Amino acid sequence: MYSFSYFRPTTARQAANLLAKHPDAKLLAGGHSLIPVMKQRLAQPSALIDLNACEDLAGIELKGRSIVIGALTRHADVANSQVVKDALPGLAMVPGAIGDPQVRNRGTIGGSIANNDPNADYPAACLGLGATIVTNKRRIAADDFFTGMFSTALEENEIITKVMFPIAKKAAYEKFKHPASGFALVGVFVSKRGSDIRVAVTGAGSNGVFRVKSFEEALKKRFSPKSIEGMTIPASGMNSDIHASAEYRAHLVGVLARRALAKATA
Amino acid sequence: MPKVSMTVNGKPVTGNIEERTLLVQFLRENLRLTGTHVGCDTSQCGACVVHVNGIAMKSCTLLALQMEGASITTIEGIAPSPTELHPMQEAFRENHGLQCGYCTPGMIMSALDIVRRKGHDLDEHTIREELDGNICRCTGYHNIVKAVAAGARAMAK
Ligand SMILES: Cc1cc2nc3c(=O)[nH]c(=O)nc-3n(C[C@H](O)[C@H](O)[C@H](O)COP(=O)(O)OP(=O)(O)OC[C@H]3O[C@@H](n4cnc5c(N)ncnc54)[C@H](O)[C@@H]3O)c2cc1C
Ligand code: FES
Ligand code: FES
Repeated sequence: MYSFSYFRPTTARQAANLLAKHPDAKLLAGGHSLIPVMKQRLAQPSALIDLNACEDLAGIELKGRSIVIGALTRHADVANSQVVKDALPGLAMVPGAIGDPQVRNRGTIGGSIANNDPNADYPAACLGLGATIVTNKRRIAADDFFTGMFSTALEENEIITKVMFPIAKKAAYEKFKHPASGFALVGVFVSKRGSDIRVAVTGAGSNGVFRVKSFEEALKKRFSPKSIEGMTIPASGMNSDIHASAEYRAHLVGVLARRALAKATA
Repeated sequence: MPKVSMTVNGKPVTGNIEERTLLVQFLRENLRLTGTHVGCDTSQCGACVVHVNGIAMKSCTLLALQMEGASITTIEGIAPSPTELHPMQEAFRENHGLQCGYCTPGMIMSALDIVRRKGHDLDEHTIREELDGNICRCTGYHNIVKAVAAGARAMAK
């Protein structure tokens, strides 16, 4: 690791001030994406601003028709939350499928979303539920937030404070894990909230997480695996690497969408 | 250099360290607690697992400075006395749950976290799922799984 200076603010506001004061500083949440990258010297922040003492950033709340999750909330806490399991069990499936137990004990929702790894799970849940990402400056709809591989609408000095998930009547996540890394080779989140039907895919697209409009259209009549029986998506625009070809990933999108629908409607 | 204070295996410790010092480095190099191992640089192997305020984490992916005020337990801190083993350690010995032993401290610290979360009656499937973050290059896992089940049961006594 290159050297850096270290700060440990206790509120999100202090963190924002420190971020503004130190050019090339980075926020440190769970550190389970950032620290490995720094160890490989692929990132060289001048300073780390550790959010872990900012208690105002953690917690899970049911607010009206939404579940509101603080940016610093750990994957394990969301996966095991009774509030989430009761109101929106499909959402709990997502952090429950991330990494291994130690990663879930430390990694956070805010860090995962800000990182926007093309194979990460939470971006699919945000897009698949039409979440709102709340920052210290504004609210951003998930549809506008994820702008490509490892890139988001976040501006410099912007801190995610919480994520608001509207409660969908039916929702589920299905993931095909890469057997070695545990990341999603392909993951599909489906949901139905009134007439808002969403199918969001992570892992597959060469531009990061995306929605499958053709599936969503077909599901309008009936929200069931049958409605997209035999449907596929074109392989163009899919990722192709040593792990899987674009054709295979496109095929998995259909298979996993049907499995997710079966789970959501079970 | 900044100063850090934490509790390790029940004893207060302090150190003046570089910001980039990882918790595992602090444990091994400053405190000479070399039971916690480093098996990878991608946060995947679990050889470095310790408990931070009672919860299993990978000490290679935490900065030592982040542990200010925290309570850390390492493999050196679990046995009831210098001449006895913890029931989970005893179960690994009894079940031949190790060969070279490199992964073992991490396996045992993770196993204790499984018991914390899932209780004492663990089936094979649960144990295999929950050991997802710990890699062993020797044993083929079979005896590790048996050891964790036996250790978890023994801890209930
Ligand atoms: C072995 C292993 C397996 C994994 N498997 C999976 C998996 O299967 N699926 C998956 O989705 N992920 C996986 N991950 C990644 C894991 O979920 C990370 O925890 C997560 O991607 C990043 O969250 P973090 O809190 O650790 O963020 P950090 O590493 O602390 O930060 C990541 C980035 O986000 C920025 N950031 C952090 N918090 C905020 C905030 N509040 N506002 C703005 N920016 C912020 C940081 O500056 C940094 O650039 C795995 C990681 C490991 C080590
Ligand atoms: S050394 Fe920490 S996970 Fe490998
Ligand atoms: S016993 Fe050798 S790595 Fe597990």
